[in-house]
Amino acid sequence: MTKRKLGRGVAIVGAGMSKFGAFPGKSSRDLFVDAFQEMLASVDKGFDARDIEALFIGNFSSDLFEGQGHTAPIMADWVGLTPRPATRVEDACASGGVALRQGMLAIASGLYDIVLVGGIEKMTDLPIERVTDTLATAADALYEVPAGFTFPGLYASMATAYMSRYGANTDVFLKVGYKNHENGSLNDKAQFGQRIADIMEMRKKSAAKKGLPIPEWADEMAFLKDDRANPIIAWPMRLYDCSPVSDGAAAVILVSEELASRFTDRPLYVIGSGQASDGATHSRPTMTSLPSAKQAASIAYEMAGVRPADIQVVEVHDCFTVAEIIATEDLGFFEPGQGWRAVEEGQTARGGPRPINTSGGLKSKGHPVGASGVGQVLEIWKQLRGEAGARQLPGAPHLGLTHNVGGTGQTCTVHIFERR
Amino acid sequence: MSDMEFTHTTHYQALGERKLAASRCKTCGRLYFPARPICPECHGNNMEAVELSGRGKLAAFSVIYIAPTAMIQAGYDRKNPYCAAVVNLEEGPSICAQLVGVDVAHPEAIKIGTPVTATFLTRGEGEAAKTFLGFQV
Repeated sequence: MTKRKLGRGVAIVGAGMSKFGAFPGKSSRDLFVDAFQEMLASVDKGFDARDIEALFIGNFSSDLFEGQGHTAPIMADWVGLTPRPATRVEDACASGGVALRQGMLAIASGLYDIVLVGGIEKMTDLPIERVTDTLATAADALYEVPAGFTFPGLYASMATAYMSRYGANTDVFLKVGYKNHENGSLNDKAQFGQRIADIMEMRKKSAAKKGLPIPEWADEMAFLKDDRANPIIAWPMRLYDCSPVSDGAAAVILVSEELASRFTDRPLYVIGSGQASDGATHSRPTMTSLPSAKQAASIAYEMAGVRPADIQVVEVHDCFTVAEIIATEDLGFFEPGQGWRAVEEGQTARGGPRPINTSGGLKSKGHPVGASGVGQVLEIWKQLRGEAGARQLPGAPHLGLTHNVGGTGQTCTVHIFERR
Repeated sequence: MSDMEFTHTTHYQALGERKLAASRCKTCGRLYFPARPICPECHGNNMEAVELSGRGKLAAFSVIYIAPTAMIQAGYDRKNPYCAAVVNLEEGPSICAQLVGVDVAHPEAIKIGTPVTATFLTRGEGEAAKTFLGFQV
């Protein structure tokens, strides 16, 4: 438990992702091929795919979503990498973050020099109730699910505990969603890359086209508080508090530190990595924090030798808007109970002092669950290399962090990345 | 080691008898509900059975409109939402359970900290009928 340094350094030299969204004609392997090709093209000095020695693929439930188990070798085959070892990694929605960590450990151990870490999920083929049931398999089937809990419901219950303890109101959650849609509107990979104002216009046009009464809202908050426009899923979480059902894939190339300059002069070094586990939601001492996130963050900060205040780019697991607020407290950016005030004050907006989820987060970018943890790395890759386009943060940031949660915190991984 | 079994089967059997079956570690005294065979704190396996009072306080809740298949089969949907909760029992442990007897149309009026007592909910019919833990205000 005490040795918290890697055996050798690990760097990311390439990264790619498919568009996230609903793609009826595409299976997870097709999306993985998209991510793989973008990943290859992203390597500054060129890359021969045959140099990849192993694959670690994050995937939650291709079995139930696609009727396809044993997906890692299929991914290896579809990009021409058999007979290299291909391993599927499953820790619910943290599968991608855990796959990243397994790839990192495989290189740090000295066994491999060049590894592909991927994440895939194809969710939109199922009807919504079966998607809900499939996601619920990441909760405790014996002691959480029989209470009637769904994932939105479990996070919504954290929201009621948070509101009661800290005096937050339901509006603040809507403001997180609003902010993430603003960010996602600048991300061409986002599933819902529209501002809330754009969505309101679309709704009006659609009503006009159908000859229905044209809805009117005073502003975005009025739209978000409208039960018809933004129905309750699990009070107080509404539709626009919930990340969508998504298809998508992402992939990165990890190499040993000494090899990085062969591929790029601008690698990202993985300088901190923490992972932790926890029991069922009800078994914890608190409903307003994820102990596994605090534990994973603490390990990652210690390994990296940095403090929360040093981090400049942050992607957190906003599967629900309340989760983003709790994450910003668990990661040490705000004191417990202050995360919601930071949202009210605009601190977490892209132009604020502590921008959170510049990619649009899971909310706007999409949440193909097994891909999300790797997809988060894409944003850090772009922001730290100055390649984030219209959503680029100023000041040439050099330290980034990802926070990827499985279930309601039964798994959490935190990674810290540095551009030197 | 205790000769009692502490499994999900014994948990649900106890609920069928309208009882909340916990286990207490005879080594360190900690109490667990649902009952466990091994103490996560001291790793002792000498556990004794303890029946809980069923009294507790509401720790967290949600009114759920988009239900999972099992709850749809129990008659719930968008027009008939239900409350799922986390209850902190007076003996210490907390548990997830459905909360009945609250006004789901006005969730903002449901207050964390409200005293609740256990009730026993049957879902399914005939052979498939099973008793689940619930709470009521």
